[in-house]
Amino acid sequence: MSLRDQLTEIKEKGLADIQQTSDLKALNEIRFHLLGKKGPITAALRGIKELNPEERPEVGSYANKIRDAISEAVSNHRETLENAALNAQLSAEKIDVTMPGKPVVQGQPHVIQQIIDQIVDLFLGMGYEVLSGPEVEEDKYNFEMMNLPKNHPARDMQDTFYISKEILMRTQTSPMQARALEKHDFSKGPLKMISPGIVYRRDTDDPTHSHQFHQVEGLFIDEHVTMADLKGTLITMAQNIFGDKFDIRLRPSYFPFTEPSVEVDVTCFNCMGKGCDVCKHTGWIEVLGAGMVHPNVLEMAGVDANKYGGFAFGVGPDRFAMLKYGVDDIRDFYLDDVRFLNQFSKRGN
Amino acid sequence: MKVSYKWLKQYLDLNMPAKDLAEKIERTAVEVDSVAVAQDGLKKLVVGHILSMTKHPESDHLHVCQVDVGEDEPLQIVCGAPNVDVDQKVIVALPNSRIGGNVKIKRSKMRGIESSGMICALDEIGFSKDVIPKEWADGIYVFDDDVPVGEPIYKYLGMDDPIIDLDVTPNRGDMLSILGTVHDLAAIYDQQPEIKKPVVDEDSSLNIDQEIQATADDQLAKTYKLRVVEGVKISPSPAWLQIVLWNAGIRPINNVVDVTNYILLKYGQPLHSFDKDKINGTVHVRLAQKGEQLTTLDEDEHALSADDIVIADDDKPIALAGVMGGFNTQIDDNTENVVIESAIFDCFKIRKTAQRHNLHSEASQRFERGINPDGVQDAVDEAVSMIKQLAGGKIARGTVNASEYHPQLPTIYITAERTNHVLGTALTTADIKSIFDRLGFSSETHQDGLNVTIPARRWDIFRDADLYEEVARIYGYDNLPATLPTGRQSVGILTPTQKLQRASRTALEGLGFTQAISYSLTTTAKAKMFLMRQSEETKLLWPMTQDHAVLRMNMLSGLLDDVAYNHAHKVDDVALYEAGRVFYKDTADQIRPEEVEHIAGVVTGNLTNPLWNNHVSPVDFFQLKGMVNQFLVNLGVKGDIEYTATDQYPEMHPGRTANISIHGHYVGFLGQIHPRIAKQFKIKETYGFELNMQELIDLPKDDNQYQTISKYPSIKRDISLVVDDDVTNSQILAVMNKRGGAYLSDVRLFDVYEGDNVPDGKKSMAYSLTYVDPRETLKDDVVNTAFEKIKKRLTADLNAEIR
Ligand SMILES: [Zn+2]
Repeated sequence: MSLRDQLTEIKEKGLADIQQTSDLKALNEIRFHLLGKKGPITAALRGIKELNPEERPEVGSYANKIRDAISEAVSNHRETLENAALNAQLSAEKIDVTMPGKPVVQGQPHVIQQIIDQIVDLFLGMGYEVLSGPEVEEDKYNFEMMNLPKNHPARDMQDTFYISKEILMRTQTSPMQARALEKHDFSKGPLKMISPGIVYRRDTDDPTHSHQFHQVEGLFIDEHVTMADLKGTLITMAQNIFGDKFDIRLRPSYFPFTEPSVEVDVTCFNCMGKGCDVCKHTGWIEVLGAGMVHPNVLEMAGVDANKYGGFAFGVGPDRFAMLKYGVDDIRDFYLDDVRFLNQFSKRGN
Repeated sequence: MKVSYKWLKQYLDLNMPAKDLAEKIERTAVEVDSVAVAQDGLKKLVVGHILSMTKHPESDHLHVCQVDVGEDEPLQIVCGAPNVDVDQKVIVALPNSRIGGNVKIKRSKMRGIESSGMICALDEIGFSKDVIPKEWADGIYVFDDDVPVGEPIYKYLGMDDPIIDLDVTPNRGDMLSILGTVHDLAAIYDQQPEIKKPVVDEDSSLNIDQEIQATADDQLAKTYKLRVVEGVKISPSPAWLQIVLWNAGIRPINNVVDVTNYILLKYGQPLHSFDKDKINGTVHVRLAQKGEQLTTLDEDEHALSADDIVIADDDKPIALAGVMGGFNTQIDDNTENVVIESAIFDCFKIRKTAQRHNLHSEASQRFERGINPDGVQDAVDEAVSMIKQLAGGKIARGTVNASEYHPQLPTIYITAERTNHVLGTALTTADIKSIFDRLGFSSETHQDGLNVTIPARRWDIFRDADLYEEVARIYGYDNLPATLPTGRQSVGILTPTQKLQRASRTALEGLGFTQAISYSLTTTAKAKMFLMRQSEETKLLWPMTQDHAVLRMNMLSGLLDDVAYNHAHKVDDVALYEAGRVFYKDTADQIRPEEVEHIAGVVTGNLTNPLWNNHVSPVDFFQLKGMVNQFLVNLGVKGDIEYTATDQYPEMHPGRTANISIHGHYVGFLGQIHPRIAKQFKIKETYGFELNMQELIDLPKDDNQYQTISKYPSIKRDISLVVDDDVTNSQILAVMNKRGGAYLSDVRLFDVYEGDNVPDGKKSMAYSLTYVDPRETLKDDVVNTAFEKIKKRLTADLNAEIR
């Protein structure tokens, strides 16, 4: 058998062995055996000396080709084996992805806080500052400077928790109008403020009344602020909080600290204006009170009512939340049932 | 004020459905509570004529009546009313009819006798018991003879009239009358109603001066008028008048009292009628004297206050002025001569009196909101004319005017420019003038604007702003443009405090706490719990309930109420926080408390739900401490956070509570709620913290949060030591930090052990120490030296045995 034939036989047997191997360790051994110094190729090449010098280079080059072929076959087969092993591992690692994920800890802002933050953010964007005031207030700010002198019949509208004759739990956030007006320097710019906070009324708690609830007061005073501006501002707020499809309407009302005073209705959430039991078939739901700041209020706070004027509004976040989410009992906001509170976790709206 | 649509139609040409009219009123004038037609929901109720009647053989109070209902055959109806009688015209509910309360009437047998329907009392067809006249209160209603048999009853009882219930705001007292409402609707619909002045047919033989005298303090009654009618005959009022009253929610009494109530509804002017023969001498308007008593018409006795205005004769009070008449001078069935009072009493005094005696009447409600000074005479004139018409008698010539007041009508100057400046409209002077014309306000051109004269009936208007409102509402709020303010710009930005408050909320929410809002008003006992400083309580003068009577001086007790509520509803995993105010008073004399921002939280049960792959253990002190500590780190207050064991709070577990201070400033505490308190709140093992947020806001902040991370490798060394039980972690840390050398960057407690291999009274604690040099690679022998030093100091200072 010629040397070349010997080499061919080694190659064919080697390739067959490689293909038959099913584990990586054996494959490595085959490679080591075939290509190693003690392997058959090396052994066969020992006979090269017996060939003609002319034949030697050709057989040498043939031997190198065989080495390359074997190397390539080993590396190809190794990849095949590795893939098979990985696939076997992956299929063994299969899990039921429908089983629940591990719970993580996350708290939620109170739904009323969410409404307040939404209002605050909107008005910050419109250049308003945010003020906070005392919950224990003087009669002077809560009533008198709001154009509600003692004995004013409108004081019947809001029963008050008094602490002394002159000190009370504020019944509204409106006293912040007086406090802001007293402090503001109009030479530095307009007064634009909102003031969220807790207010108190001497009410018996029931599904629609709470002795404690929230208000956000808004005030905008400058040299030229109109009732049309109030209407535009309130539409912006309603659409920002409830959605673009909502509209508002103004109705005459009475607050001693505004003139004209209006009650503001928003499109009924339940029927979107068609009329239903919730809106008493009017298509509208009352959501807030507003008006042009009464000149008496400006004057009592030392502001020139001939030069400056503007609007004020008072929003009830509790009522907004009830309407927006269909909560039918205001007391739910103050019981802090975690099942109730944790529902309001959708941050995208 | 319940307004009859039919009554309005006597003055105005209105032909829209009542619902539409109501909406127009609501959009332009005052709120409407409801529009109701009494007959709605009723069916097959007709006028019947009782042809004959026999006693029911099986009953001593039932009668069997044959009733003509306009059909071929009379119906046989069994009736149990005590006043049923032959020849009466009555309300018959036919078989298959529907009466009040949505009750269906069917043919039936009553004790064996067939009954085809029912003869009804007024309350059975939906009348409120409060408005039913006394004579029909305990039996069936009987119509006048001229009512046609077989006709539906509604028209004859006023039940077909839509009643619009106005919720009149305090400024629009003028709308508490038919005429006031007519004036406003006339402006809205641009109509000119004809309102006739009453004509009085006086009797020349009677002169008022000889009949009655009166004195009045005009501080108490600006106007005080009396008229007299003699020789009346008291009887029930005719049906039309009774209908007007009961539709307005007022019970008909008799033909004199009903007239005064009719005038009250029409003019908004409360009147009072006295039996002239029960008055002794002169009528006086004066303040009550201390100790005087008066029994009012409702037969309640009142001890009078020296602030009550009374009407008195020469020896006794005879009425609580403007609120309610006296029983002693009331009109009764035998009254012959009547005195009618028409007056304006001081609104503030009336309000106080009504409150003091808890007597809020139709009259007091109107006096409180104001009276049209120009209607006082007309009202009493029309009243005496009607009384003469309905009860007969002679009207004495003239009126007693004990005081009289006619205000100067205000004239207000406004311009179109200023109106548009306020409203954002583009109205011309002519547009504005036409609105005032519609309102019936006379106006004259003056300079660039109008001088507008306000009629006495609109006493709510006295300055320009009031007129802008009139213009706006008649022009229509829907017609106002919607714009956003232009003009000087401003920047809207949260203050650092507000930013920190917001950050504090999101930090706690990220740590797993859900925001709670509990009540600031609580019980005395709860208000005083968990006190972080000495404070007196702030109490309400007149709380509604003892549960909400005192201002809280801590946040935790409210959160524990929340935990209790959740626990009672089988929710045992709770993590809540609340940011809000507590109210402190340094001394009992201080009236107004200091309001301090606090933030507090509670945790109980598990933080997450146990699941197939989530093995949870209930929260403990260290869980909460980790959360609170991370929160404090997030706030970025400058300085070290220190925890020191405390037993100062009676409501906290004495061995599991720590005071928290930052840079030496006390800011609050955390720990386990005392088991005794937990039991009191009916809750399980609960942990809580309370922090003075104001303090955290005020403390300086660490602006510099960035340090280069060392590029050089760190070296770790573990150490295990056995120490006496009472040696604390913080003592060990103090030694390590003080003696650890320049490169000690972190110390971590990774194991604590007591038991086998550790002697009694000792514990084993294992720490992992990390060394790093920010400038170069640390050498082992440097670390070894530093580590050996720590070991030595621990042994020397804390008697630690190093293992
Ligand atoms: Zn609706």
